[in-house]
Amino acid sequence: MRSWREHGRRRSSTNQPSLPGLFSGLKAHTDTKKTRSPSSPSEYALTLASARLGLVFLSFFLFFVLVSGRLALLSLGHEPAEAQPLHAASGTGSVTARSDMTDRNGTVLATSLPTMMLMADARKILDAQDAAKKLQTVLPTLNIAALTQELQTAKRFITLWRHLTPRQYYEINKMGIAGLEFIPDESRIYPAGAITSHVLGYTDTDNEGIAGLEKSQNERLQKQDEPLITTLDIRLQTVLHRELSQAIDTYKAIGGAGIIMDVSNGEILALVSLPDFNPQSAGAASDDSKFNRATLGVYEMGSTFKSFNTAMALDSGFIKVGERFDTTQPIVVGSKTIRDFHPAKHWMNVAEIFMESSNIGSARMASKIGTTQQRAFLARLGLTNKTPLELPEVGAPLVPSAANWRDTATMTIAFGHGLAVNAVQLCSAAASLLNGGLLVRPTLIKGSTDKATQENGSIRVISEKTSAQMRALMRLVVKHGTAKKAEVAGYLVGGKTGTADKITGKHYSQNARMSSFLGVFPASAPRYIVFALLDDPKGNAKTYGFATGGWTAAPVIGNVVSQIGPLLDMPPVDADVMAATEKQLLRPLGSDVIESLNLDDEADDYAAVESNRAH
Amino acid sequence: MPALARTDQTIIGRWWWTVDRWTLGAIVVLIGIGILLIQAATPAVAVKHGLSNFYFVERHLVMLVPALFMMLAISLLSPRHVRSLAIGGILLFLPLLAITPFFGVEIKGATRWLSLLGLSLQPSEFIKPFFTVIAAWLFSRQCSRLGFPAMGLNMTLYALILLGLLAQPDIGMATLVSLIWFAQFFLAGMPLILAAALPVLGIAGLFCAYSFFPHFASRFDRFISHSGDTYQTDKALEAFTHGGLFGTGPGAGTVKMALPDAHADFIFAVAGEELGLIGALVIVLLFSFIILRGLWKLRGENNLFILLAVSGLLVEFGLQTAINLGSTLHLIPAKGMTLPFISYGGSSLWAIAIQMGMLLALTRKRYGLMDI
Repeated sequence: MRSWREHGRRRSSTNQPSLPGLFSGLKAHTDTKKTRSPSSPSEYALTLASARLGLVFLSFFLFFVLVSGRLALLSLGHEPAEAQPLHAASGTGSVTARSDMTDRNGTVLATSLPTMMLMADARKILDAQDAAKKLQTVLPTLNIAALTQELQTAKRFITLWRHLTPRQYYEINKMGIAGLEFIPDESRIYPAGAITSHVLGYTDTDNEGIAGLEKSQNERLQKQDEPLITTLDIRLQTVLHRELSQAIDTYKAIGGAGIIMDVSNGEILALVSLPDFNPQSAGAASDDSKFNRATLGVYEMGSTFKSFNTAMALDSGFIKVGERFDTTQPIVVGSKTIRDFHPAKHWMNVAEIFMESSNIGSARMASKIGTTQQRAFLARLGLTNKTPLELPEVGAPLVPSAANWRDTATMTIAFGHGLAVNAVQLCSAAASLLNGGLLVRPTLIKGSTDKATQENGSIRVISEKTSAQMRALMRLVVKHGTAKKAEVAGYLVGGKTGTADKITGKHYSQNARMSSFLGVFPASAPRYIVFALLDDPKGNAKTYGFATGGWTAAPVIGNVVSQIGPLLDMPPVDADVMAATEKQLLRPLGSDVIESLNLDDEADDYAAVESNRAH
Repeated sequence: MPALARTDQTIIGRWWWTVDRWTLGAIVVLIGIGILLIQAATPAVAVKHGLSNFYFVERHLVMLVPALFMMLAISLLSPRHVRSLAIGGILLFLPLLAITPFFGVEIKGATRWLSLLGLSLQPSEFIKPFFTVIAAWLFSRQCSRLGFPAMGLNMTLYALILLGLLAQPDIGMATLVSLIWFAQFFLAGMPLILAAALPVLGIAGLFCAYSFFPHFASRFDRFISHSGDTYQTDKALEAFTHGGLFGTGPGAGTVKMALPDAHADFIFAVAGEELGLIGALVIVLLFSFIILRGLWKLRGENNLFILLAVSGLLVEFGLQTAINLGSTLHLIPAKGMTLPFISYGGSSLWAIAIQMGMLLALTRKRYGLMDI
């Protein structure tokens, strides 16, 4: 072995006696050229190549050193700065642009989810038909033929789908169809769906609010990060929605509205208008279902207006609660005749007129007070101007002009005809009457009334005494009057029924009506107004054919109160305690008046049927 | 010690005692590491393509056996036969390169692949080693000034191949072929003025490529600004960081799952993640051992053709390794190039086997002055 090796070495050394060293470089080579003349061009070239090989060797050597250094840097945790954006680019941070809306307890009512918009660049689509077929498997509503045609054009931006769910995005991305692009987008989600649709409204595909709070608060929702807290309580909203829906089904009404309002500050805890719609696909909903009957619809409210008439009369000081009016004969004013369904055979006092809901009596009371007083009083309660509510869909009241608001109008307005208001307006006016007499402004946004009260102070609309009398009167209506169906064991519910003939064309309809009930509870120390209105309910066997407020709307309030009472930290009260509280509650009417009323429990069932014939 | 006696004068016997066993050994170790990494890296890719888990592993082994056989068979050849093989090879593959733009399969905007007898292969991969050997021969003929129009033929061949590559287009391969050819030219006595001007010419050439080939421009831009779709490079770097010093252990990597080309161009990242810094350095050392040792040994070479051919083949092998490692480590713009003997490569594995077979044949010890 040794000899072989030596032989090889010897041989090579004899053949290359004076080759310059591999690393002697180019300069060394030129020196060689001068000192030694190569024997042949081939040998010279060999010498040169060997010298230049050093440069190649050095280059590779340096590169491998560089690679090793880079490897060590990477592996030992020195992540290069340029690798950082990869985390940001993964797009998992779900910061959406539009802020949430919650109910008063923080339950999310509206939120935004990040979605993907699917776009296509038709020029890059390789096989339009194949792409269309594949997409259709994930998005079944796509039309293959139409899509194929569109993808065969040369359009660069074709919007195929607006809000892909994460699963759809994953499935389509997995197909790897060239020419498709995904653009981050967001989609508005309403967890409660239709239940809150009329309050929250909805957004268009570009996430701009176009109805409800989404529209009125659009800028606020876009600019601020923290959620918008509404005054709604989703639990109450759900109960009201369910009860009203059931009543609409039962009485075959074409629609309805319901409101629960805090009497102390006008905060709306529930606002329902039926029919409603799925805010996720508002475009597909009918105009009728998108019509907000609780705020945009203005109606002649009928007998519920007698609350304002009575309060006005009592607060004026000119009429006492025991004063009697002639209710035995219809009143003829100009071309109109004001009559009661069952004319009384005797003169009724103010309390009776309210309990029995006498039109004649109410008209006579209003006449005594006068047009000017009436107009001023209703204006003070905010019933003649557009309600300042935070919704775009608010209907202005239909108020007679000064020329038309004379004796006749005064009498009809006394029992709720000739002046049309929206339901929110009605509720906030009622709240102002019952909370001790301080004006409240209706609101859907938490905190806004506190601000308004701080700025303007409280405005008194009636005296404490009148307010107490109204609470007593409204309790009597439920206990002994036209609204026994609103009575709930354990709660002192008060209220006033209303039934107004609907106007069809230019005339009042005999068959279509708006039946409502304006409730308050607990009547002894009111906390909430609960209002329900049914649009054109029909009577059934159980209601003996009646479709009045007392038969159709009052039970809704009864059911709602029994369910929301416990939710609002008001457990039902024992019968004994209730009786005692009720006695206290009725005291402001005076013992004479109470005795004059025929509060005989025995005749109740019959009386209920009879009295419900009145409005 | 092997059973072959030094006195064994059979072909195999002579081969065993003259072949560069160190280089051969390093190649075998690389192939072993490759099999290991392909088992780790390909199941995720195979499942993504709807294939069975070990589809790529099986295919790799199936391709590896003929590749090894070819390499060993070629290493048995004498230098003269290697030259003949190269001439035969170029006569076969040059027409294939010419027809590729017309009959090839278009992938990602370039037509580089031909489908032949159920095998898809890239003619340029095979052209490269054959041309390197032929260029070495022509350069050496030019230097011996034997009245043969060697330089003219050499330049014509180079121009033809360059044209074929630009037609596909394959800027990376064109750059690679040019670098090898100019490296050989440089070794063969290129005037120093021209050698100094070359980098300028190269930059000008790349600038032209940047202007005329949007694909190339986009890759280059992404490298410089690190913006746009740099997903694969980012994941590769993440893999190294995840691997750390000792790695996660073979098969236990997780970043590799998100690496689309983990089995091919980015297999080194899998090595970094699973074998760690130490494993990756071993691979780098094996490559640098083959290349640097090969170049080092050439200093004693007395035949210009052998010197130019071997250095050309080593430069080719080295550049291929450097481009792959550089891309994976984000040292150069991303260029799709397999890591020799380690990547799952199909036809590229055969090309590299032929190339290293020729290298082994040319570096065998020779006795006496042979007329080559």
